[in-house]
Amino acid sequence: MSTGDGGFLDGLRNTESSRIGLYALLLAGIAFYLFPVETAVMTMFKTESAFARTLPFAPPGADGFTLDALATAWNTLRPGLLNSLLMAIPATIMSALLGSLTAYGLTTLSWRGQVGVVVLIIAGIFIPYQAVLVPLAQFWFQVLPGIVEGFINTLFGFLTGGNWEYPSRNGYVQLLQLSVTHAAYGIPICTLLFRSYYQSISDEMIEAARLDGASAFSIYRNIILPLSLPMFAVTLIYQFTQVYNDLLFALVLINEPASQVATQRLAALTGGVVQSFNTTMAGAIVAALPTLLVYIVFGEQFAKGVAGE
Amino acid sequence: MREILSRLLATGGRLRSAVSRDESDGDQLATDGGATVQTTRGDSLRNSLPVEWELVESAPFWLPPVLFAGFFVYGAIAWNFLLSLTDYSGLGGAQYENFDFSMYSRMLSDGTFWQAAQNTVVLLVVFTVLCLALGLFVAILIDQQIRFENTFRTIYLLPMSLSFVVTATMWAWVYNARNGVLNQLFRLFNLEGALVGLLRPAGVSAQVIQWLSWNTTALAAVIFALIWQFSGYAMVVFLAGLRAIPTEHYEAARVDGASTVRMYARVIIPQLRASAVSASVVLMVFALKAFDFIYALRGSQPGANMDILATMMYRVAFDSLQWAYGSAVAIVLFVLALLVIGPYLYSEYRRGEL
Repeated sequence: MSTGDGGFLDGLRNTESSRIGLYALLLAGIAFYLFPVETAVMTMFKTESAFARTLPFAPPGADGFTLDALATAWNTLRPGLLNSLLMAIPATIMSALLGSLTAYGLTTLSWRGQVGVVVLIIAGIFIPYQAVLVPLAQFWFQVLPGIVEGFINTLFGFLTGGNWEYPSRNGYVQLLQLSVTHAAYGIPICTLLFRSYYQSISDEMIEAARLDGASAFSIYRNIILPLSLPMFAVTLIYQFTQVYNDLLFALVLINEPASQVATQRLAALTGGVVQSFNTTMAGAIVAALPTLLVYIVFGEQFAKGVAGE
Repeated sequence: MREILSRLLATGGRLRSAVSRDESDGDQLATDGGATVQTTRGDSLRNSLPVEWELVESAPFWLPPVLFAGFFVYGAIAWNFLLSLTDYSGLGGAQYENFDFSMYSRMLSDGTFWQAAQNTVVLLVVFTVLCLALGLFVAILIDQQIRFENTFRTIYLLPMSLSFVVTATMWAWVYNARNGVLNQLFRLFNLEGALVGLLRPAGVSAQVIQWLSWNTTALAAVIFALIWQFSGYAMVVFLAGLRAIPTEHYEAARVDGASTVRMYARVIIPQLRASAVSASVVLMVFALKAFDFIYALRGSQPGANMDILATMMYRVAFDSLQWAYGSAVAIVLFVLALLVIGPYLYSEYRRGEL
């Protein structure tokens, strides 16, 4: 604590008051970053009468405590939570795996012109998704069904009677479509994360394995994959949070009420005409639970993913 | 994590023999115990390999995922541009004939488009600048060798792990006009009436502060909440940048007798340029994408006072079924994003970072 790696209180380090000032600022920061969450938690436990009596961020008091709002929100969101997990987990695994393969192909096996591919991939991280929404809807709801129906009816016309329909009205198919979409759009960021990691792996090891006659795939399987396990943890955690939190793609790709995801159901709960804030706050907390849990358990890895390390 | 990596690298010889054991013809080299690694320079070997061979060998790994993602990203954008040249309404199949720029000229004379474009630029600039400033300040505070650093960092970054919909739900309660958190706070200190009075000359006749409905406050409210959510991100990036600055730079400034403020202003902060650039690019992209937040925050309330191009695009295309017009707005948004990331990617390329 005394050998400074700098800091603006270095010269004053021994003065008690500057230290107190520093911690006061840091605590004010905690108040700033937590007050909406704290208010939400307090609000969700309140009855209507406690609502009127107490300030929003104050506890409900012994007689104003209720779990009704939580129960209502839980019942509304539960199918959405399941759908979200069903959609986000495969999407996350797919994009992490594909990102790792792409990064491997673009770093350890280097060839001229790969920078162009890398630029195209990285630019993909930054595109506003609004620019792809309309084609996305058209692809999943018109073009792909047309192709698949034509294909199946041509090949298996004797079985289908020539009128097989692509099940795009089926909720699970819509969830699968959403999952595949997220996997595709997750590839760029996953590639970037794995690429910076693979660049730190020594060339010599790869070259030596290659001299030993190892194929490109066996190098990936036996050297790169075991080395990337920590990076897989970072990528999976970060990517899961991103996919689970998305609303935009779900709004466009899922119109079956039964297969709506958690963010969609929460948005519907919030946007409703009659707003009872104890229910919507309970909804916010319930919908946030999966990512909150991931964040509390793997906060360090999440931060690494955020910082792109 | 670095330790794990170096430990694994140290066992490279063992891994290597494991690799060669998998291969049937690996015996003669597997026994040399890493001598080859020492004697054969990777560079000379790499130069001896023909480029075509490298391409053929690496393509199976990167090409399928790149085509998969490229179809959804670049294929979709090209398709979107094509649609913006039609007059497709979203019903039935699109007619890809009679291409013209009528959607773009319609946009130029559309007041809501200009309002959304203006809001987008204001949001982009104000949000990014304030977020960077707050993130830098917090990062400097955290860099003072404090106790419980991890706890502080975790809490400051927590809002970023929440979805836009969740944070929008929480902030809708904070900003609620009737008995929202903020208005009750103002009421507690008898400030609400004063504030409303302050705004009365601007033509406001309400009894309470309507944060999300007034034109003067709606966008500010959105920006403030987004800063709450993302300043933690700027903090993390700046903290990594601060930690990369050698201790000697602090000491040299001290020896020269620089005050703390001067030291940061003249010596430390200028060295954070790379962190600031990369953080601001990512923050601007967040701002361009802030659709989920505004969509959920606005709920069923009508009004374009906090419309940005992203929300306008969705409203036009999916609520009022004018897909071609929505596509045109989306192309403008895309060009705006290109203006942000193009120079950034180019400079990264020039610096050899890609």
